[in-house]
Amino acid sequence: MEAVFLSFILMLSIFLGFELISKVPATLHTPLMSGANAISGITVLGALVAAGANNSEMATWLGGASVFFAVINVVGGYMVTDRMLAMFRKKPTGGAA
Amino acid sequence: MNLSAELVNFAYIISAALFVLGLKMLGHPDSARRGNLYSAVGMALAIIVTLLADSIVSFEVIALATLGGTVVGALAARLVAMTSMPEMVALFNGSGGAASLLVGWAALYDEILGTSAPSTFILITIILSILIGGVTASGSLIAYGKLSERMTTAAIVFAGQRIVNSLILVGIVGSSVMFCLEPTLGSQWFWVLLALSLVLGVMAVIPIGGADMPVVISLLNSYSGLAACAAGFAIGNNLLIVAGSLVGASGIILTNIMCKAMNRSLANVLFSGFGAAKAATKVEGEVKPIVADDAFLILEAAQSVTFVPGYGMAVAQAQHVVRELGELLEKNGAEVNFAIHPVAGRMPGHMNVLLAEANVSYEQLVEMDDINPRLPNTDVVVVIGANDVVNPAAREDENSPIYGMPIINVDHARTVFVLKRSMGSGFSGVDNPLFFKENTRMLFGDAKQSISALVAEFKS
Repeated sequence: MEAVFLSFILMLSIFLGFELISKVPATLHTPLMSGANAISGITVLGALVAAGANNSEMATWLGGASVFFAVINVVGGYMVTDRMLAMFRKKPTGGAA
Repeated sequence: MNLSAELVNFAYIISAALFVLGLKMLGHPDSARRGNLYSAVGMALAIIVTLLADSIVSFEVIALATLGGTVVGALAARLVAMTSMPEMVALFNGSGGAASLLVGWAALYDEILGTSAPSTFILITIILSILIGGVTASGSLIAYGKLSERMTTAAIVFAGQRIVNSLILVGIVGSSVMFCLEPTLGSQWFWVLLALSLVLGVMAVIPIGGADMPVVISLLNSYSGLAACAAGFAIGNNLLIVAGSLVGASGIILTNIMCKAMNRSLANVLFSGFGAAKAATKVEGEVKPIVADDAFLILEAAQSVTFVPGYGMAVAQAQHVVRELGELLEKNGAEVNFAIHPVAGRMPGHMNVLLAEANVSYEQLVEMDDINPRLPNTDVVVVIGANDVVNPAAREDENSPIYGMPIINVDHARTVFVLKRSMGSGFSGVDNPLFFKENTRMLFGDAKQSISALVAEFKS
């Protein structure tokens, strides 16, 4: 039953994703991509559980490595997206950035 | 403080809502930055409640890995130049893929060492998470190598490539089946599967080269989401599935936009090895060079000027002087805008970010379909480091590898200046008949120096 339940969520989120993203203008495609990329770092939740649950030594180390990579993705992704979006302005403010 | 599973999942719902809201707000430049912040808050909330859940008992490894990841991620995000954004995003993609692979691997230990035998459904999702994660990780590394030009940017094709790839796929399916039949921790099938996933990622990206890189990077973006999705199934976490599929959908949409902008199917991009097939009709003729002094006189008299930037602008770091020239032209009474092709640069929206960095207002950035009808009434078009996206062979030459690709019809404008280092062909190695057109003038030299010379003329 759980498989069906999870697949249901999958189906709905994919449709939602298509609806949301198709409205993003071309100007914002790079920040969209890096912002979405940061969201894909959500794997960090699984990584945290694997690293902290003390189930087996191997799982702890694999989880730890996974936390490392996922955190790079999350922190780096959000920060770089913010840096880019801060540059999008309406009127030229003069003076090179 | 130990949160119950209900509370954790309730917080996950809020996180999911924040992700959705954040993506929705990314739809407009005014709200985009706040949207990204919402999404980050959603992520922080999810991480905090997961850490407080009672399933996590030891924190040493977590603390160490989080610290390491934060430092690496923050430094990378701070230090990367806007021109290098494509390879940075490729690395972040790869990092997400590696994380999913490792989560799947760790879940395997929990399942097999657990009290009851793992179900086939769980095993398949774990295998998918390792497979997609592995392909994303190694594929992204290759994409990084190509984008940063640490390896050849051209498509790497060899005889029997399809046979090799088919064998890899058969090997993956075979080892997955064998592993599901007898899931043990020491199973050699697991190692075969892991190795083949990584090899598949490499094989999937090497035949894609040249101007097709924006497609690859969008596709890898999608994979990194799907990998998170698969990991979500493997560990039964709703939020991973929701967030992963949002990202997966976003990547697929961008991939589709990129493919349409090149008039090619995804299958064609993935398997054909760009430009390897047909030889374009050889273009011959005489180019008409122009010096900065004469270019200045024409620009000074122009009522409307459109800039068409391409990757060459990024390489020459010319975006700031381009913006300066644009401002001077506006002061001179001309209407100035920037026409941006969907696949200009090496990732979707790359040029927009560079121009935004140089303080160009996003209202001046015009998309291809909006600018084309206006070009016949445009006095001067300045092409800066763009090639394929303004190549009329796409309309005229049926033998051209880019035939059928929608382009910015700069040759319809009254005068076209092409800024170019020398007479080589572009990133994708396709000849460009634009250079020989009656109304085209070539301004040879480094793009930044050429534009600076024009700026100096305007100021004197």
